Amino acid sequence: MHAVSEIVVADATKAYGDVAVLDRVSLEVAAGETVGLVGRSGCGKSTLLRLIAGLDAPDTGRVTAGGAEEEAARLERCALMPQADLLMPWRDALGNASLPLENAGVDRRAARAQAAELFAELGLGGFERARSWELSGGMRQRVAFARTLLAGKPVLLLDEPFGALDAITRGEMQEWLAGALHACPRTAVLVTHDLDEALRLCDRVVVLTARPGRVACELDGAGPADPAREQAVEALR
Amino acid sequence: MSRPRIGWAIALVAILVAWQAWVRLRDVPDYLLPAPTDILAALRDDRGRLASDAAQTAGEMLAGFAAAVGFGLVSAAALHFSTTLRRAVYPLLVASQSVPVVAIAPVLVIYLGFGLAPKVAIVALVCFFPVTVNALDGLRSVDPEYLRVMRTLRGSRLSIFRRVEVPWALPAAFSGARVAASYAAVAALFAEYAGGSSGLGETMQTATAQLDAPLVGAAVVVLAVLALALFAAVSLVERVAIPWARRAA
Repeated sequence: MHAVSEIVVADATKAYGDVAVLDRVSLEVAAGETVGLVGRSGCGKSTLLRLIAGLDAPDTGRVTAGGAEEEAARLERCALMPQADLLMPWRDALGNASLPLENAGVDRRAARAQAAELFAELGLGGFERARSWELSGGMRQRVAFARTLLAGKPVLLLDEPFGALDAITRGEMQEWLAGALHACPRTAVLVTHDLDEALRLCDRVVVLTARPGRVACELDGAGPADPAREQAVEALR
Repeated sequence: MSRPRIGWAIALVAILVAWQAWVRLRDVPDYLLPAPTDILAALRDDRGRLASDAAQTAGEMLAGFAAAVGFGLVSAAALHFSTTLRRAVYPLLVASQSVPVVAIAPVLVIYLGFGLAPKVAIVALVCFFPVTVNALDGLRSVDPEYLRVMRTLRGSRLSIFRRVEVPWALPAAFSGARVAASYAAVAALFAEYAGGSSGLGETMQTATAQLDAPLVGAAVVVLAVLALALFAAVSLVERVAIPWARRAA
């Protein structure tokens, strides 16, 4: 179906001390595809994401991103959005989002200007100077997502981005993420413990067993839909 | 908010009144325990001498404190970056704290003479430790999740230091600086005892020898004011420099 595999995980095993976390997990993500990773808490979803991101190495097996296996190369290709938003209180919202640009050597003013454009697109307009404690949980996640996007990497790894949100905000944020992924298409891996969420947002869903995580099955999802089209379909009903 | 502020003032007045009453009612001689009013009189009568003493001591405190903060922050960064250096130097640094300043002060006076230099050095020595240790703890206590997220966001080692570790460590460094500020006055006093020809310490020493307890008391009051002022100044700088620290907690 897909010619190019952006991410390949082949027979990856990982243990922390005596605890086996991942057991011979194999997984491929094609370029441009959105794949959901579902499983119970503690089944190794976040660990798998860290392996792909290049923040950790598998004990056995192979993990490649863009064909490269070295951790530095994977780190270069993937941007990880962690479970907690991890916004920095010493920076305002725009400063948090522009952090990867500044890290890449972009001058501070230019970095902020570039982040400001994205803020408008992501529904964050007017919150540029807000500090993390002034933002709601949903808004903080949006800023964290903007920051991840601005790392400018081909692969987005999203670790339970809505895990800490209440049900209503969560629903809103799912729609928002679908729109955002539609507007800024990337190869994406979305970790969640909510199967419905994964099926709604992803092209394909990989279900992991309880610890040690193993691939249980793969399901087809709806994929990140264009919210405008969804609204049109809704209006026709 | 206003309650605790009034609280300490009431406590202070109560102590002063009780103290005054005790001295007057029991007829305690003023070379044993001067009444608050005697100290007040000494403050007024010797204000010229006390003011020039205060200027001298404040200068030593400020210069020593500033040197300690400067050297302390640089040392903390160096110890943070080099594991080898940390393993080699940190235990010695901790052990050095068991050497009483009273013991090394005279030696420093011999090395550096009777001028300003040995006093500044003694204040700096005393203040150096809390600044360094707190700043280093701050640098080393960064949430590892932040370091991971920085690596995935193209953060180089230097960029992680500048954009995460330093801001993260600032609140700890400031609490170290506040502790150091509260040490600075007593350190300056030690230094002047060891070899001073002016300053509040020297005045206290002379006044004690002359059984002029009210003047000793007056010098203590001035010294306390200096200590509080330095402490308050550091707290003020902290509030202005890192306003996010109180909000984010």
